[in-house]
Amino acid sequence: MVTWMVIFMLALSACGTPAPAMTSTPAGPEELTVMVHDSFSVTEQLVKDFEAQNNVKVTFLKAGDAGSMINRAVLSKNAPLADVLYGVDNTFLSRALNEDIFESYDAPALAQIPASFKVDSQNRVLPVDYGDVCLNYDKAYFSEKGLVLPESLEELTKPEYKGLLVMENPATSSPGLAFLLATIAHFGPDEVWNYWAALRDNDLVVVNDWSTAYSVNFSGSSGKGQQPLVVSYGSSPAVEVVYATSPVADAPTAPIVAADMCFRQIEFVGILKGTSHRALAEKFVDFMLSTSFQEDMPLQMYVYPVDPAAKLPEVFTKYSEIPVQPVLMPPDIINANRDSWIQKWTETVLR
Amino acid sequence: MDRNGAALMQPSKRNWSAAALWLLPLVYLGLFFFYPLAAVLRLVVQGSTTAFNAVTVLRPLGFTIYQAALSAVLTLLVGIPAAGMFARFEFPGKRFLRALTTLPFILPTVVVAAAFNALIGPNGWLNQGLMAVFQLTEPPIQLLNTLPAILIAHVFYNTTVVIRLVGSAWTQLDPRLGQAARVLGAAPLRAFREVTFPLLRPSILAAALLVFLFDFTSFGVILMLGGPRFSTLEVEIYLQAVQMLNLPLAALLSIIQLGCTLGLAILSNRLSGQNYIPLTPRLKGEGTSRPEGVGQKAALVGLGLLLLSLLVLPLMALAARSVIIHDTGGTRLTLDFFSELFINRRQSLFYVPPVVAARNSLVYALATVGLSLAVGVPASAALNRRGGFTRVMDAVLMLPLGASAVTLGLGFLIVFNQPPLDVSSSPWLIPVAHSLVALPLVVRTVQPAMASIPENLRQSAALLGAQPLRVWWEVDRPIITRAVLVSAIFAFTISLGEFGATSFLSRPDMPTLPVAIYSFLSQPGAFNYGQAMAMATVLLAVCGCSIVLMERLGD
Repeated sequence: MVTWMVIFMLALSACGTPAPAMTSTPAGPEELTVMVHDSFSVTEQLVKDFEAQNNVKVTFLKAGDAGSMINRAVLSKNAPLADVLYGVDNTFLSRALNEDIFESYDAPALAQIPASFKVDSQNRVLPVDYGDVCLNYDKAYFSEKGLVLPESLEELTKPEYKGLLVMENPATSSPGLAFLLATIAHFGPDEVWNYWAALRDNDLVVVNDWSTAYSVNFSGSSGKGQQPLVVSYGSSPAVEVVYATSPVADAPTAPIVAADMCFRQIEFVGILKGTSHRALAEKFVDFMLSTSFQEDMPLQMYVYPVDPAAKLPEVFTKYSEIPVQPVLMPPDIINANRDSWIQKWTETVLR
Repeated sequence: MDRNGAALMQPSKRNWSAAALWLLPLVYLGLFFFYPLAAVLRLVVQGSTTAFNAVTVLRPLGFTIYQAALSAVLTLLVGIPAAGMFARFEFPGKRFLRALTTLPFILPTVVVAAAFNALIGPNGWLNQGLMAVFQLTEPPIQLLNTLPAILIAHVFYNTTVVIRLVGSAWTQLDPRLGQAARVLGAAPLRAFREVTFPLLRPSILAAALLVFLFDFTSFGVILMLGGPRFSTLEVEIYLQAVQMLNLPLAALLSIIQLGCTLGLAILSNRLSGQNYIPLTPRLKGEGTSRPEGVGQKAALVGLGLLLLSLLVLPLMALAARSVIIHDTGGTRLTLDFFSELFINRRQSLFYVPPVVAARNSLVYALATVGLSLAVGVPASAALNRRGGFTRVMDAVLMLPLGASAVTLGLGFLIVFNQPPLDVSSSPWLIPVAHSLVALPLVVRTVQPAMASIPENLRQSAALLGAQPLRVWWEVDRPIITRAVLVSAIFAFTISLGEFGATSFLSRPDMPTLPVAIYSFLSQPGAFNYGQAMAMATVLLAVCGCSIVLMERLGD
């Protein structure tokens, strides 16, 4: 989840010195610094095992949300703050690649990863996980009102869904941007604005961040808000079950995974240019692509592993769904148009 | 009223001592404020190829000024009577109520948004109550994502600045002046308008400036409670820097914001005219009385209720949500959210025990108090020497309030990337960043108090044979203690709440309470939400206890 971050927390955070070579004693473990976004999490024991096996001390440098992290990596590219960077996604990828901050690495594990995830032909970044931004709906609301679920983007403009959808501002929120990109892929960059005008006239609710949309406006969350439809993640229902206040037999929410209604976010790892720990950095990338790490991710970060062999936890298979036909958009097209698309969206929907 | 004491000293001696006082503040600001800021602003010059139109600048600028002016006026309207109430009256629960009114200042905006939602949101207490009473099917009050929501939140946040600043001046005021006016036949309102108000003017102006600047650079409130239709300069800076990755435009907007801040600081300086009335130190409790008559009592009760509903009720809504479960199993009381805080359920590497988070927050907050007083008190003393340089510095010291936290954060990253000054390995850069925001408040609180010390008291002490240090200890110290205490509380709370976007330097190996709150709020699930509320309640408790303790120490 790239930016399940509260947006105003521009946590250009820091931790640990990237060991100056002269002060490290020869007998002690080498140090490896990994820059990650704030949503990064991992089981403690996994990291300890990796450290023991490779005689290394891994330091994680949390650097804010994906955007802040890329900023930070780019600003410090002449004196890199870390050896490895994890968490750049396909909406920010081109910027990072254009700035030339990564070194190529043809990891052996790439062989098992489906081609659709491998976006960079030079393997400067390697896919680690993915998540789909999908509408979530409040099951109780739809069954009580006897309302049918919207099965396509077009149907959202129908009068029976008037005022029922809350989404995040694409200018401030990564799921908001993902949903906008899904509609652009479906309708085309010219026609799409008529669609957004129709959604606006159908009383679309827009808030600035995921946290407000989900826990204040969405009726299916603990906030019990006004809108039974929210732009969130395909994995959110599973998390609702894991973190319910009473043990529940079923998730209170579910994703809508109809064709073209979900946007796929892929998160990547890359070795930062100028690292003095190239061999260890490669080992860490291998570690992130290993089965144990891939199987650890779903319950730590609520994302799906790119390795098809990795087993999913039961809550994921039971309550969340992977869309059959998610929207995928090449990073360079996103990079070339994101500012003008966001601008156009703002003019259409907010003004 | 001329402060002729300084003139008694040799001019050269005076210059030397003034220069000595300025040394630390100038070095500190130069290294930690202007140096990083300059590094970011240089980006404008380097990469100004990006096209932008005037609308992207003027629209947010207009709205920024508009909402800040409205918010500041409303905050003063609530804060000045409240300051008078605390300064002039004794009533049960006074100390407790005053501590409570400080708490809003520390709350991260996400938490405030949650508290407001629990209170006035579509499904909040107020709407539920109204719907039940009037048999309505739709919630009657729709405040979220409107201008009133922004204004209410700003009043909620900043009333304490007025209460503390104006209140501390009011307490020091000789009550006999007002009484004399009354004896001479002035009605209470006239006595206030013609005697008390002019005497309070410098502190009111100082409070107005600070509140306006806080609202002017408002960020979280606009984003979370105002919604996407409202945008201030600070919000635009964030969008350009972090979302659009357009650093030159962000830097340009920062310059505009800084320019406005400087202009305002100079204006307020002109308005206040630097005429300080010498104040004789008041005895503790002098000038306060119990309310008399029905009118006074009714006014106090009304004011108390207003403060309670405006400042305290949202806090209570928040605390209530940390102990109530409301789900398919019904509504019940629970301590589960608190007990779960102590368990690393996910076995995550990044789990933060609440005690550790609270300790980290306190360490940073105390360091911030130390740093901002060490710099702010000499600066305040130096400001009371006259001269052109002083007038410039008076405005310059306000600048950190107008610097975008995003910009300053980027600046820290650009310039502090090598040991010994390295954001990656120097945890003390965090209290340094917090102290920059606290500094203007410290100066605006301490400097008027120092200026009001009657010179004849010092001279008498000196004539009676007291050494300069002794004079300072016996005369200056008692008068400025109260002001220093108030400014210490400000610095403490600014750090504890990681004031808005100044959290840009948080370290995962020393996570604070606000960081822990954010991480809970960034996930779905009712349990995560409850834990965020529980952690916020812990933050409130830690801050509340600290304030009460600090006030005790000051007595």
